[in-house]
Amino acid sequence: MEWPNDIYAAFKEAGVDQVAYVPDAGHKVLINACIADNDMKAVSLTSEEEGVALTAGAWLGGDKCVMLMQSSGVGNCINMLSLIETCRFPFVAFITMRGQWHEFNPWQMPMGTTTKQTLELAGLLVEEVEDPDDVGPQAAAILHKAFVGQQSAALLLHQRLVPVKTFGK
Amino acid sequence: MMSDRAKDFPLRRRDVAKTLLNARDDTLIVTGLGSTNWDFTAAGDSARIFPLWGAMGGAVTMGLGLALAQPDKRVMVATGDGEMLMGIGSLATVAVQAPKNLTICVFDNERYGETGMQATHTASVADLTLTAQGLGIADAGTIRTEDELTLALDHMTAGDGPVFRVIKVRAEPLDFILPSKDGVHLKNRFRQALLGDDAL
Repeated sequence: MEWPNDIYAAFKEAGVDQVAYVPDAGHKVLINACIADNDMKAVSLTSEEEGVALTAGAWLGGDKCVMLMQSSGVGNCINMLSLIETCRFPFVAFITMRGQWHEFNPWQMPMGTTTKQTLELAGLLVEEVEDPDDVGPQAAAILHKAFVGQQSAALLLHQRLVPVKTFGK
Repeated sequence: MMSDRAKDFPLRRRDVAKTLLNARDDTLIVTGLGSTNWDFTAAGDSARIFPLWGAMGGAVTMGLGLALAQPDKRVMVATGDGEMLMGIGSLATVAVQAPKNLTICVFDNERYGETGMQATHTASVADLTLTAQGLGIADAGTIRTEDELTLALDHMTAGDGPVFRVIKVRAEPLDFILPSKDGVHLKNRFRQALLGDDAL
């Protein structure tokens, strides 16, 4: 699985300073790379909405902050995204998807099947990538969209990209 | 049962805001929804204050992002007890990061001021200082009098963080002194003052 390293390389190229995350199996490699990088501040959150406010504070101080989370966390962010929309803060989230491909847990379906619409209703530009070779270029493009184009955006990483979860059943 | 004790707390929130704002002229301040916005605007509207008109529960993590980005500047979050309760997990997030330059002040009047002065959980059973300590911010305390505030001021504005103080303030009706509600303006004026014209 090379794509997490491709996203990490895109972070370095874009000059990402802060990485806010909620631990996630799909993002494990990328999160560990960010934690190991002394030039990045990796911030573990208790809830995804904290990351939205963190991103805004980072930008006020001149830092670029990105968010890593799972689709189930999107619902936790909705009111906090009003901060991004109202103040037009740059924002970019990399979201590993559930509820799409060999999903074994029905509790993941309600949020996983409505992630894109939910984010669009909250004012974000949403793109999705399924081909592992395309993750790096898409990551670079969405980072550019956020920090150069000053937009709020999310890149959905299709569930085909992450290991199938079964809890051994 | 809700207690009415807060009506007799000696500290007045507008005076506390003035004291905190004037203690140093280079502190970067994030104020939370809603009364602390009006307190700090009354004390002196400034580009180094970012007032949150919404995003309830986000003041502390917004301050954390700013503190991590500006490690050589003091960052102060001033928010209310209701706003703090809504983002209570963010205190654990701050504790793990342990930024030396961050101070969190909770103006605790034991009320939801914007919605009709209904009791918050601190009016009966909840103790935010103990909560902060339990979530990992060891340097946490409660301030109830002007003397205690005067004694703590240097540490709150220049001591090693993270510093967390609950300031028990009187529950009282006050005039609304409103900052700009234009979020883009508030963001741009803050960045321009801190980072210069190139940040626009």
